[in-house]
Amino acid sequence: MNYQSIDEANRAVIQKIVEAQPFLLDVVPAKEVIPELNGKALLHSGPSLKWENMTNPMQGSCIGATLFEGWAETEEDAKKMLESGEVTFMPCHSVDAVGPMGGITSANMPVLVVENKVDGKRAYCNLNEGIGKVLRFGAYGEEVINRLNWMKDVLGPALSKALKQIDGGLNVNVIVSKAITMGDEFHQRNIAGSVLFMKEIVPYLLTADLEEKALQEVTKFLADTDQFFLNIMMATSKVTMDSARTIEEGSVITALSRNGYEFGIKVSGLGDQWFTAPVNTPDGLYFSGYSSDQACPDMGDSAITEAYGVGGMATVAAPGVVRFVGTGGFGDAVATSDEMREICIDNNPNLSIPTWDFQGACLGIDIRKVVETGITPIINTGIAHKVAGIGQIGAGTVHAPLGCFEKALEALAEKYGVTAE
Amino acid sequence: MLYTVIKKNMYQDSVNLMLLTNHLSSTEGVDQVSVMMGTPANIDIFKNSGLYTEQLDDASPNDLCIVVDTDSESVVDQVVEGVDDFVSNQSTQSKQSMIPITRTWEMAQNKLSNANLAVISIAGEHAASEANKALDRNLNVFLFSDNVPLDDEVQLKRKAQEKGLIVMGPDCGTGILHEVPIAFANVVEKGNIGVVGASGTGIQEITTIIARKGGGISQAIGTGGRDLSADVGAITAIKGLEVLAEDPATEVIVFVSKPPAPEVRDKVVEVFKTLGKPVVAVFMGEKPREDDDNVHYAWTLEETALKALEFAGSRDADLDQLISENDGFRKMKTNPEQRFIKGYYCGGTLALEAAMIVEDAFNIDPSAEHPDGKMLEHGGTEIIDLGDDAYTQGRAHPMIDPALRVEMVKKAANNPETAVILLDNVVGYGGHEDMAGVFAPVIKEAKDQAEADNRDIVFIASVTGTEGDPQVYEEQVKKLEDAGAVVAASNAQATRLAVGIISYLDSTEPFEQANSNQAANGTDAVKELISDKPRVINIGLKGFAETIRENGGEVVQYQWAPIAGGNKRLAKILEKLK
Repeated sequence: MNYQSIDEANRAVIQKIVEAQPFLLDVVPAKEVIPELNGKALLHSGPSLKWENMTNPMQGSCIGATLFEGWAETEEDAKKMLESGEVTFMPCHSVDAVGPMGGITSANMPVLVVENKVDGKRAYCNLNEGIGKVLRFGAYGEEVINRLNWMKDVLGPALSKALKQIDGGLNVNVIVSKAITMGDEFHQRNIAGSVLFMKEIVPYLLTADLEEKALQEVTKFLADTDQFFLNIMMATSKVTMDSARTIEEGSVITALSRNGYEFGIKVSGLGDQWFTAPVNTPDGLYFSGYSSDQACPDMGDSAITEAYGVGGMATVAAPGVVRFVGTGGFGDAVATSDEMREICIDNNPNLSIPTWDFQGACLGIDIRKVVETGITPIINTGIAHKVAGIGQIGAGTVHAPLGCFEKALEALAEKYGVTAE
Repeated sequence: MLYTVIKKNMYQDSVNLMLLTNHLSSTEGVDQVSVMMGTPANIDIFKNSGLYTEQLDDASPNDLCIVVDTDSESVVDQVVEGVDDFVSNQSTQSKQSMIPITRTWEMAQNKLSNANLAVISIAGEHAASEANKALDRNLNVFLFSDNVPLDDEVQLKRKAQEKGLIVMGPDCGTGILHEVPIAFANVVEKGNIGVVGASGTGIQEITTIIARKGGGISQAIGTGGRDLSADVGAITAIKGLEVLAEDPATEVIVFVSKPPAPEVRDKVVEVFKTLGKPVVAVFMGEKPREDDDNVHYAWTLEETALKALEFAGSRDADLDQLISENDGFRKMKTNPEQRFIKGYYCGGTLALEAAMIVEDAFNIDPSAEHPDGKMLEHGGTEIIDLGDDAYTQGRAHPMIDPALRVEMVKKAANNPETAVILLDNVVGYGGHEDMAGVFAPVIKEAKDQAEADNRDIVFIASVTGTEGDPQVYEEQVKKLEDAGAVVAASNAQATRLAVGIISYLDSTEPFEQANSNQAANGTDAVKELISDKPRVINIGLKGFAETIRENGGEVVQYQWAPIAGGNKRLAKILEKLK
């Protein structure tokens, strides 16, 4: 190893995280930047898994994507095609991408392109569809497919035209460091980030030579979509953590993700390998008429935000949503972030949190600290109904299972020639 | 059936409304209830959950929509009332503790970067390893945990010794550090008595008796019950004694333990003698030895407390201070002739007491006969009862007529062999109306004369009386002190002080030098610990942290749990994976 110790290697890893210069460059059809999507292929969230292990909502998303791509005309045909193995599945993470909830991304869906100007790395994430009946929660009705088509034909191109007018792209760090002082933790709450994004993009939308109807629809959609910034934050977190991964040493978490079947983590010193354990089911607040019995097990690449140090790790930054983590008031939020800080190496100076005495957000989750203390990262998440198509039934938190950290620790011990003897 | 209530323009955050919905669901008679803002997405949720009514179509996104499924209309009012209550009273009581809680050493030190003490009360099998980590982080250790193996205790204490730190315990039940009680401790006033003890309840009994009698405690340092064993060798006890010797708040040192291993006892007793402060020691279960210089032995805890109080109450009992503040001692020390005490008493029993103490200190065989009131006559030292018949023939008792005593004092003061003149002053009805007023000019003149001769002489007096007496105790004391005399709280203390001065004058090593030798022993971290309220990382019982905070100490609670949940294999890997 090029470093004196794991601690020193970890310092290099977190240095990469702090140094990252993510810029939102463009919105393009997924197939243009992810060649693997040419042909019948779908991306999904979390570690790789087979069709039969997918949760019902994720299968629903696959059906929706198959219909959207025009590979099948009916739900039945789509299902048959997917069951037959005709469609290739691969994790978003394997192709520099991330996707929320089911994470299902297909060739013609528009994706955000975020580049780290420090090393030119790029990461991609699909666009937020808003709330209600949406593909990421497994809905695939007409309304959903129509919206996906609109996003492909209107929203994606409009954003692309707007972003291309900004020399060098849109500086994401600026929005993030402002939004964290405005009550966003970037997983459960992205209102400030979404508003700031809209504030930046609207002048360019106005000069993007859009038809009036398109302009109206796009601005209305951005105005209505409180979580629009989540997907930008996911791509940002992904590109940042992938840059950090290039150190190839140390014990820092570079990805947290789950596919409804397994929770997977990646570690800076352990390359591209997933270390997995069965997922937990989130706990939280439910819309009326729903309860935890109907909750789908934990899904989505959105936990990349926690790997970066925000989301549940930065609960203290978002007083507006702290009651998802408990009913004890703001004290619980402080306690949650304080506890998360125990498993991290440092605080991120770029992400100063006013409600945390201006400490920076958590920086660099160290798997050694996770195993030592038994404290696993807490993830803020939406909760899907376990039956496809019903959509979101609540929101809350979920802890990463300890098992994947223990497995990774064993692998790290082997890599560094450490035994328990 | 479904009832709909729409509250116009009443925006509430969705999280609040989900909490509210949960809360209302438990209302009796409610089958289902939902409270949401009237956004299109929410109306869809109403539809999906079977709570849709046509009235909802009239709701705007800024309207609060309540739909209740119930058999009884009166329940609806109850629900609406519940909504109003909730909306108007949303502040939640934070359970936030004032004591920061952490889960790792690293964060504990982040939260209290200048911590200087770890209080450890976790299970014994894990205690030693955490105590080692504390020492590695240059923290002193208060180890409340019991069942710590003897080998571990020895290892920890030696390590602490090397690092200039102290390990109190294991099985250390109590402590008081700069007014902050640690673990099981009583609320006692701050005072000038410092305690080192190998017995928690022993310390508690002694400190509480002292407190009840109006005395106070500077520090109480527990050592753990095995500290005075041959294996441990009193490492902590000695360190504790040394820091108390240097602690300006401590004027009297109390030591309590079971009888130590013989070789350890000798070591500890030797340390007692070097402390330069009165030491009251009790080795429980052992008959007290004879007092030796500054070291006094007691038999019971009560006796220990009372003896300590006796020294603690004394004015200027601190010989060191007296010597360091008084340049005249240097002159006396350089004159080898000047080594005698002259005691001129009007009280016979007081004279006898003084004689006893002097005899004891200098190993003089007491004589059965006291001709001419001479209670003691040895070399140039003499203690005389001027109330003896030999002196009262033809004149009044010296309590009434001071003339003879004045003559004798003047004579003694002019004698170059006299180092200390001891006097009593018995006041009260029937006595001289102002004995101090008579002696004050005599003392002043004698001291001035001595200074003119490039000498010095010490007057030590005690006043037997009270504030209620016609002469008024404090006024008598003040007159004597203003004249340059040292006034002790009792005759015994006055005499001990006199003896102490002679011992100092006789000692070969200059006192200042002895003092600086002690400072060089490298007890800085421990000295620092007792010089201010402790800054504590509390590992284990949370109640201890609360006590520390209530008493003004800074504290962080380290919510300790076994490494890797007790998985030894992973713990081992973690230890090496650095």
